[in-house]
Order: sequence, then structure tokens, then C-alpha cells
Amino acid sequence: MFLDKQLKEKIKKTNALACLECGKCTSVCPVSTVSRKYSPRVLLTRALRQNSDLLLQEYDLWSCLTCGKCEEFCPADIHYIELMQLLRTQAQNSGFDGKCSHSGALQSLQRIMTTGNLNQNRRAWITDDLEISDKGDYLYFVGCTPYFDIFFTDLQLNTLEAARSSIKILNRFGIAPIVLPNERCCGHDLYWNGDTENFKKLAQLNAEMINASEAKYILFSCAECLSSFKNLYQQQGFTIHAQLLHMSQFLNEKISSDELQLSESAEMLTYQDPCRLGRHLGIYDEPRHVLQHNNSSHYRELQPSRKQSLCCGVSGWMNCDINSKAIQTKRLEQAHETEAEVLTVACPKCQIHFTCTLQDKTLNTKYPIRIKDIATITLARMI
Amino acid sequence: MENFEPKIVTFACNWCSYPAADAAGVGRMQYSSNIRIIRVMCAGRINSSFVFKAFELGADGVLVTGCHIEDCHYLFGAKQTVHNYDKIEKLVLMLGIEPERIRYEQISAAEAPKFARVINEFVADVKKIGPSKLKTTPAKSSNS
Repeated sequence: MFLDKQLKEKIKKTNALACLECGKCTSVCPVSTVSRKYSPRVLLTRALRQNSDLLLQEYDLWSCLTCGKCEEFCPADIHYIELMQLLRTQAQNSGFDGKCSHSGALQSLQRIMTTGNLNQNRRAWITDDLEISDKGDYLYFVGCTPYFDIFFTDLQLNTLEAARSSIKILNRFGIAPIVLPNERCCGHDLYWNGDTENFKKLAQLNAEMINASEAKYILFSCAECLSSFKNLYQQQGFTIHAQLLHMSQFLNEKISSDELQLSESAEMLTYQDPCRLGRHLGIYDEPRHVLQHNNSSHYRELQPSRKQSLCCGVSGWMNCDINSKAIQTKRLEQAHETEAEVLTVACPKCQIHFTCTLQDKTLNTKYPIRIKDIATITLARMI
Repeated sequence: MENFEPKIVTFACNWCSYPAADAAGVGRMQYSSNIRIIRVMCAGRINSSFVFKAFELGADGVLVTGCHIEDCHYLFGAKQTVHNYDKIEKLVLMLGIEPERIRYEQISAAEAPKFARVINEFVADVKKIGPSKLKTTPAKSSNS
């Protein structure tokens, strides 16, 4: 039997029963545009009508990027990605899973972090020129980047550069942020892969540590971390008593209050909207203001952008396959067409995925474009 | 921590360290029975996911064994192992897992006594620091 009663109730909340079967979702879905097999509409109808667990064993169940593009265009207001999350939870509980990228190393890493008395050595990247403190109003949430930095050494991409730049920027404003010695993964990937149980454990640990620090502002370089803290933690009953800000929002505030002066960029810039920052949180303007400030001649819009933007192709370290590569190649091609020299990202996942595709010798992606985090670029432009 | 019998996952390559384990058995060498050997075709296949998974499922220690660099059956596999192990070690230490819980050894097919010695040393080291502190709820499905 498929779909127990509880799940059916939850599915009702996603408004899935209102589906008009118009297929708008399939026409805008990044995966569907590169794969003829994948259709969000068909998956939804099957979830509602099919009375077997065949759907739960389906490979395509894990192909959804949960980027939320379908929701933007759905005329019936269906929370499709929530439906996906529910189905995945059910699938995991029944013992099915997608194909984890990197042999599931990152999922294991996240689950190991649910241990309560873990004593991590995660602050080794903080060099002497960076100033941090144990108390204060600002807390910088690093996320998993210290791990990514080691894990992806072969890509020669420095994911910690964004974190170092962010702290340097904060230091310039006289802020020595708190960096927690034992923060956990935000749980984003586990949640969207349907492992809600372990997600809650991570959320609990993070919420306790952050609330104990008494910081008033929590700053993020990672769009996924911010979206989990802002949306998921609240939804699952974990309250954070602080204002949550992405680095781009912080920078934008400083520009608005005339505290931050930026010089013109030496390179042509373009900006990739991370799905979590854009469609999940509605933060479209702030990063653009920062990049365009005093720099309008060195900024090109990457089309399609904002709500219509294409995502970086993989979500939650799951099902990185030919479709993901096709989406990434397409996006890099679009970035190349803008004639920009630097593709600005606001999420380490975008940085990792695009760099991986850019360096893949089997793909035709030899574009002379570089991928940098928004904080790194802004630090270089600071006067 | 008396009577603590650690659970140790040992990865052994098909061409060198696994035959060494075999030879140790045939030669009736005594070594600790705390290890569970997992044979892989090449130790170069072992990446961080293997080690994390072992810890996630409750291993108290993980031992990676493979060929000597020059002996590799696949020519470059042993170099790959060294490269991978470097990353594994850094990640495991960053997680706060004690350094005593992981070890990498190059054991050729002829080094049965070395195999027995390494196992005994490693088990003794892990016994000294006690059981793993990780308490995890592993994934319900088998392939992640």
C-alpha cells in the first residue's frame, strides 16, 4: 500500500489536489528542459492516484532540484517541493533512496554531525589576520565550507575564500564576529532528501548554540544555510532569537547607510541567482545593488534571471547525473554569452557545481569565465 | 574501559594486503579478532564516504591497507590511495574524531607478519581510547 493516512493529510496541505494538470510546471522545470523523461506533473498525478510503492522506488523522485521554479508559475498555488519532500521522507522510511553523489560521503558527514558531544576542529582556517571574538552582536555562520574546502581540493576551488573575505569585510567595519567552534551543518540537504529526523537533531543543536551566544545578527555566506534557518527551522519549531542576514544583505545595508564605498570593478561581472536565496527567500535586489553600486558599466544581467533563473543543477548532493551536467553547461553558456569575466555566486554550492562543470574535460565548457563569491568580489572593490 | 572490544573496519586491497591477511591466517599468526575485513579490488577506491559510513554505523576504528606505491597492481592505485587518505584524515580530524581511530598502512602480499602486527597495534590503540563517541541514526535505506 502506498500513502498512509497521515501522509495524505500532509499532501492536502501542499494543495496538490488542486492540480489542474496544465503542465506549466513541466514546461518551466530546469530538469524537464534537459530531460524528456522527467515531468513534475506526471510525478504529482502519480503521487495522488497510484496505489503502489512503485513511485517511491522511482529514480526521478530524487531528480527534483527543489529549486521552486514550478511553484512560481503554478496557477493552482501548489507547494510542489514540499510534496517532493514528503514523498522522499516516505521513500526513505520505506528503505528507498536516490543516488547520492560522492558515494554519500556528505550525507554521512551530516549525520555524524548529529552527535551531541562532537568536538570539531573546524576553525583552523581562521588565520591570524582575521579577527573573531567569543561575544558580540554579530555571529558569522560558516556552514560546511571548511569540509568542502578539503573535500573538493581536486577542483582547486577555495570555498573558504568567501568565509575569509566575509570576516575581513566585517573586520573593516570594526566587527569581530563570533564564529562557533562546534556549529553543525544546517541540515538543509538532509531535510530535502527526506531525512527529517536527522535534520531536526541538527536544527536543535544549532538553535541551542546560537541562542546561547546571544548574538543579535547572524550572517551567512551560504544561501542554503540562510533558507534553512529562515524557513525550515521556524516551520519545524526551532526559534532563533536573532536577525538572519545574507552577506549581500549586510553589504547592501552598509551601502544604503553610506558606510560602504565601492570602487568600480576591474572585471565584467554577472550574477547567478541561487534558488534558495531568490525563489525560496525572495532576495533578488540586494546582491544586485551591491554588484551594480558604482559599477553599472561593469555589470551584465545573466538571462534568464530572478524568478526565471536557472539553478546550479544539483540539490542536496543527490542525483548528480547527465541532466545536472546539461543544466550547468547551459547556464555556463548563458553566462559566457553575457561576455562577463566573473560569474558571481552567493552560495558555495553554486560555486562548487559550476567549477566542477567548468573543469570537466569531457564537456565542452572551456569558457574563460571565473567563479567567485560575492564577498570576495566586494572585498576587492572596497575603498 | 574494561572488557571493551572495539569494532574495527579494515579495508584490504585484493592484490596485497588481503593476500597478506590470508597468509597470516595460513601461517597461524595470532592477531586480534576485532577486525572486520572488507576486500576491495584496489585501495585507491576507498574515499571518505567509506570511512564516514563505517563511523556512522558504529565502527570504533577504521584501518585502510593497500599496496606499497611501487607494487600497485594497477600502477597508479596506491598513489590514489595516498591522495585519498590525505583528504580522509583531514576530514576525520576536523570532525573531532580522535586520530587514533584511523590508520593507513602499506602491506605487501609477502608481509603477513606486518599485517598481524599492525592489527594488534591498532586494536590496542583503539582499546586505549575507548568506544566511539558518535551517536548517529543511520539512513534507513542501504545505498546512501
